[in-house]
Amino acid sequence: MSEEKDGALLEIRGLRVVFDGFTAIGGVDLTVGRGELRFLIGPNGAGKTTLIDVVTGLTRPAAGSVAFAGTELTGLREHRIVRLGIGRTFQTSVVFEELTVLENLDLAAGFRRPLRSLLRQRRGVSDAVASALDTIGLGALAERPAGVLSHGQRQWLEIGMLIAQRPKLLLLDEPVAGMSRDERERTGELLTEIAADHTVVVVEHDMEFLRRYASQVTVLHEGRVLVEGDVAAVQADPRVQEVYLGRTKKEAA
Amino acid sequence: MEPLLNQLPIGLSIGAVLLLIALGLTFTFGQMGVINMAHGEFIMAGSYTAYMLQSRAGGEAVIVALPVAFAVAGALGWLLERLAVRHFYGRPLDTLLLTWGVSLVLQQAARDIFGAPNVQVVAPSWLTGRVTLLGGSLPYARLFIMGLAAACVVGVWAYLNRSRQGRRMRAVMQNRELAAVSGVATGRVDQLTFFIGSGLAGVAGVALTLIGPVGPSIGTYYIVDAFLVVVAGGLGQLRGAVIAAVALGMLNSFAEFWTDASLAKVIVFVVIVAFLQVRPQGLFVLRSRRLT
Amino acid sequence: MSARLRGYAIFAAVALLVLVVAPAVLPPFRLDELAKYLCFAIAALGIGLAWGQGGMLTLGQGVFFGLGGYAMAMYLKLHDAGGDLPDFMTWSGVEKLPALWKPFADPAFAIAMVVVLPVAIATLLGLLVFRQRVRGAYFAILTQALAAAFTILLVGRQGLTGGTNGLTNFYDFFGRDPEADGTQRLTYFVTAGVLGVLYLAARQLVKSRFGRLLVAVRDGEDRVRFLGYNPATVKTVAFAVSAGMAGIAGALFVPVVGIISPSLLGVVPSLELVVAVAVGGRYALAGAVLGAVVMNYAKTSFSEQWAGGWLYLEGALFILVMTLAPKGAVGLYEQARDALARRRRTPEPAAPAPQQETQEVPA
Repeated sequence: MSEEKDGALLEIRGLRVVFDGFTAIGGVDLTVGRGELRFLIGPNGAGKTTLIDVVTGLTRPAAGSVAFAGTELTGLREHRIVRLGIGRTFQTSVVFEELTVLENLDLAAGFRRPLRSLLRQRRGVSDAVASALDTIGLGALAERPAGVLSHGQRQWLEIGMLIAQRPKLLLLDEPVAGMSRDERERTGELLTEIAADHTVVVVEHDMEFLRRYASQVTVLHEGRVLVEGDVAAVQADPRVQEVYLGRTKKEAA
Repeated sequence: MEPLLNQLPIGLSIGAVLLLIALGLTFTFGQMGVINMAHGEFIMAGSYTAYMLQSRAGGEAVIVALPVAFAVAGALGWLLERLAVRHFYGRPLDTLLLTWGVSLVLQQAARDIFGAPNVQVVAPSWLTGRVTLLGGSLPYARLFIMGLAAACVVGVWAYLNRSRQGRRMRAVMQNRELAAVSGVATGRVDQLTFFIGSGLAGVAGVALTLIGPVGPSIGTYYIVDAFLVVVAGGLGQLRGAVIAAVALGMLNSFAEFWTDASLAKVIVFVVIVAFLQVRPQGLFVLRSRRLT
Repeated sequence: MSARLRGYAIFAAVALLVLVVAPAVLPPFRLDELAKYLCFAIAALGIGLAWGQGGMLTLGQGVFFGLGGYAMAMYLKLHDAGGDLPDFMTWSGVEKLPALWKPFADPAFAIAMVVVLPVAIATLLGLLVFRQRVRGAYFAILTQALAAAFTILLVGRQGLTGGTNGLTNFYDFFGRDPEADGTQRLTYFVTAGVLGVLYLAARQLVKSRFGRLLVAVRDGEDRVRFLGYNPATVKTVAFAVSAGMAGIAGALFVPVVGIISPSLLGVVPSLELVVAVAVGGRYALAGAVLGAVVMNYAKTSFSEQWAGGWLYLEGALFILVMTLAPKGAVGLYEQARDALARRRRTPEPAAPAPQQETQEVPA
């Protein structure tokens, strides 16, 4: 999938992020090609979420560049970055509980509408909303307020809100955290379906989920890229095992 | 140049009054997120405490009035926290309206007890007279208030940084959940915070009796400016409050000097909005990575 | 009866009550009072929009109410003066008409300013503070400071604004005697009509995509930002609309009551408007309107009996509402209705309760 000729969609070069003297990311280079499904893993504090925060404009880097399809993202306001075609989810899903599932999706899909057209009432369901609703499989709950959804359903709704926006790049922050086995299964299928026609970056902790659904993996550790490659190679890499299992084994040997 | 310099001590003394009032707010607003509109009425309670004591025991009773007013206003604040505010944590805007209801009741109660007209408090003999400072003439009373404000700041600082209770208070301020699971009785800390914050309003109330007559609605004159001090200084930031209070006092006094009293407030408002363009969260900010 | 139909029925019933029954049974004096409450209801409608729907607690609506009121009153004063200086200016020793006043001699200009001035100031303030993500309590405090500064400015500029007395003594309201019963009836109908139109417009706004977006901004401003919207724009628009409504309310207040003065638009009157909205029910536009009428009626009739008592009652009522029924009268009504509906169909499994019971507007 990630052949050179496809060209890079997201290019991060020499990225450094510092919080009050603490270096959260210390020089990361990362390239995500068009159509790729990339997993970002690493122990707590590795800088995974910070990386996403920088791409989406929530955090400003101390140095480095983030280019998206040739456009420099650093310094842009969050909503501008979204308008370029980058969508993200959060670890704790936030949907608008007072709005119905359909209204949530419609709100997401309408982000390019001029202000004046927003003054009209919604009539019917647009194609983007209908197909997103279909993809996430919440059709039966379309008219219910999002507040009644379960945790898993909320995550799916959030993903649905993203795809309704037809983004070029999706960033999912721990999509299966706190989910039941069935919900994880369902999310995995959803992910595979979305990855077929989107570029997706997934931050994940869950190793089993990773083994089943990942192809390309980047391992972050203490703010740097440790290893990059396909799942099997990454899993076999002794440095990765060290990071995840601790140093004791090696030191003892 | 000279009349300009005259404004300096005046600005300082306005700043000192603001600081005394805002000091309590940095506790209740800055730390607990409670916008206590009744803070102004705790000031009033302090003023009337001084009035009662000094009309019976003479002006010298101001020294006694300070701790008594602290206790009276503190007790009122504690009662407010116990009876109402504690059900409202996490809903700052609702607390604002709730405490405004309380403030209405307290003002009317003062009118019924002490009468609607303002009362004049007997000042102690050693506070009558003026001193020349930086070319400006300043009443001793103003000087006393500056000293009082400085003493209160030092006291609050020492309490927050040197005492066990104060450290607990800071822990709750920075991360309530973490403090709770680390064994800090956050409910207790909240009660104490409210007691001290309101008590400081009482002290401010005594100070106000030294510079003019006081009445049931005295609190409303100062409360808005005091909130602005906390906003400009940054939530829960002691040094922010000190700097902002002095700066606001100066700004007030110089704006009045250059224009007039009616325009000064508008200028202060414009300056604050402009300042928030540079520092939207005030002078000093507690950083956190949390969203929203 | 479907919810939609019931809504229309209630609106029609209220319209009948306000437009037919009230003018028929109320003596002119009381009708004029009702017109005053309806003015407050228009301002409250704006607060319901900004605060209830948008989560912006604005404690400075008095400023916008005042701008509208003064714009209207300035025209009326100039018209009465007929080319001379308005009476209060001569009393305070002003010799030449200030430049600020001149354009207000034109009624079209004055009426335009009733809306333009509040909207412009709210837009400017909104853009500046919302862009910097100043919100919640900070915003509330800033608007309150604005109200305080505005009244001090009005009081201090005696020659320009009439000072504490404000602008009063109008003798000619668009060719009519403002004291005549006929004029008072007319202003009553105009006020009621404007309220009705603005209510329908506000309701339309709430139901539109923009209205949904506004609620989303209230409940999760940061999330909305990551959907590609700029919350600052959304909030500024809603705030400006609410300011415009307050301006219109202020302009209508002038012929209805015959005065506009600083004491009508300072910190306390601004807060009282918010209180009325909270008591009526902030999350429903109808609640805001209802609250404004009922609270102001209660204030008038109570103050006639026992002046000081009103403050106790207002304070106590407010503490009770915030503690026991934060959604106000409308919230209580909805609770009762749902409880009744549930009892009627006990065999069915209970529908999941609305989730927002403990939900609160984020700071």
